[in-house]
Amino acid sequence: MHTFDLSMDRITKVEGSASLNVKVENNKVKNVQFKITEYKRFFTQAMIGKPIIGLPQLLARICGTCSNAHIIASIEACENALEIKPTEQTILLRILTMYGLMIRDHALHLYLFSMPDLYNKDSFLELDENNPEEHQILHDGFEVKASGNELSTLVAGRSVHAPYPTIGGFTHFPEKKEIDLIVEKLEKARPAVLRLIEIFEKAPFHFERKTNFMALDSDRYGFLKGCINTGKGKCIPEQEFRNHLEHVVLPYSQASAYKHEGESYMVGALARMNLYGNKLHQRTKKDIGKTLKIFPSSDIFHNNLAQAIEILHSIDDSIDILKNNNFPPEPITKNTPKESVGVGVIEAPRGTLYHKVEIDKNGLIKSGEIVVPTGQNQINIEQDIWKLVDSLLPDTPKENIPLEIEKLIRAYDPCMSCAAHFLKVNWLEK
Amino acid sequence: MPKKKMTNDDTDKKIRIGWFTFLCSEDSTIVMTEIMNDKWQEWKKTFDFRHARVLKSKNILDQLDIAFIEGAIASDEHIAQLKEIREKSKKLVAIGSCAVTGMPSAQRNFFAEPQKQEIEFLLTRFKALPRVMKVSDVVRVDMEVGGCPMEPSKFLEVVEKLTKELKKTS
Repeated sequence: MHTFDLSMDRITKVEGSASLNVKVENNKVKNVQFKITEYKRFFTQAMIGKPIIGLPQLLARICGTCSNAHIIASIEACENALEIKPTEQTILLRILTMYGLMIRDHALHLYLFSMPDLYNKDSFLELDENNPEEHQILHDGFEVKASGNELSTLVAGRSVHAPYPTIGGFTHFPEKKEIDLIVEKLEKARPAVLRLIEIFEKAPFHFERKTNFMALDSDRYGFLKGCINTGKGKCIPEQEFRNHLEHVVLPYSQASAYKHEGESYMVGALARMNLYGNKLHQRTKKDIGKTLKIFPSSDIFHNNLAQAIEILHSIDDSIDILKNNNFPPEPITKNTPKESVGVGVIEAPRGTLYHKVEIDKNGLIKSGEIVVPTGQNQINIEQDIWKLVDSLLPDTPKENIPLEIEKLIRAYDPCMSCAAHFLKVNWLEK
Repeated sequence: MPKKKMTNDDTDKKIRIGWFTFLCSEDSTIVMTEIMNDKWQEWKKTFDFRHARVLKSKNILDQLDIAFIEGAIASDEHIAQLKEIREKSKKLVAIGSCAVTGMPSAQRNFFAEPQKQEIEFLLTRFKALPRVMKVSDVVRVDMEVGGCPMEPSKFLEVVEKLTKELKKTS
């Protein structure tokens, strides 16, 4: 009969710092606490009083890996506050910025964080170059990652804290010669991504639990615009988001958690594929049609497969956009500030990202709010761990349970750096 | 032609690396993984990553040749960890703006009084230090790579310089 307290001080191969406590009595889980242990950096306090022009770059510093998502969400919020309408070209460049991020960020997660579990290795670098299959994966991993990095660098100036996107447009524009080179690199990375999809389709890890899915939905399988599809027949306008997300305080975690209509939900690639996988690029659908039949899925490990598919979609749509458009220099669109509130909602790699900003008539920040994907997934992660550990008991030795939990947590691709920024909360003391 | 397999003897000759992050966005960690796109084969031969949570699960904090420290210092636990790393490392390099200058992670040090009062209960709850510190406030730093994120060419310069130094002394 198992009775024990399991503590994992720091989950590895994830972004940032998290720990976990699980309490088991008589073969039954009694409590799970998934704790985001990053110390707060108080960004929503630090933004107060600052001029709106610098806000997207400040908020990029919330997170290294998702920084370009924070820039784009913040720009959208600021533009809505300033009543600036971006040009068609600006929207295309932002779509490409998001595709560069999706390719690079999903590839980092799939190859460096999740792949070692599939090959019983501790680290991606431990894959054996003398084994043809592992040799191929090693080379594939860095090639795919590099293609996303280079697309981001071309369009946005850098894959981390990109300097070109700004409120009202872009400060730099890709040239034809550079575009041709990137198209070539994306095409070259494509076979590696097809191999990646096959690997995660055949992966032996599965965990089923029925939950709710939520994602920003529009005509294009993209990450910029739309309404918030709750998976329950509703699509909520972006600016009304706050009425539909219920803030939940977890006193042991540095991050805020959320529910919708009293229930936990999941955001991220699996949610997007479940809600609108039919909107993927035509070339993607043509090449992996059979794989797409797996969705909708309630297997959390299919989040890995969904990310791999999103890499292919991002490559295919990027090639399409880059081949069919020129990007001549455009002036930055400006407007005079007035007292107002703006909301920006996008799909970051890990799910729906909300930015809200309130400004005064001088364009100085009065207040702000940010809701990140990992905060939204936090309760779902806890509930999944609960069910997973229950299902492993009593047969699995205690020492084998932490790895199974880590694999499940890694499938969510959580980002603790994002989750532990500051939200003004009222703590409920026990 | 198949490549020669790496042996334990080869591992012994590798430079022992630790990559540690404290209070920051981990942007330089991401940049490091991007530099790996070109450098991974060279690093696989040259470096033994003893401790790098972004790369592996079985991390060991024993004797290191180079410890790279990203992020600012925000708690007594951070101070203790950093001092232990310093004791066990021949060279310690502060990586990125938060490690080198404290900012932007130290932005709460400059809050106005009402903002400080508003966050006070959170600092107490999670036992955070009253002021966020840069790495050199706590331990001796041998080299610095600034930037938010770090500049890849500067990082590679420092890696090359330290690698040469360590090879000479070994």
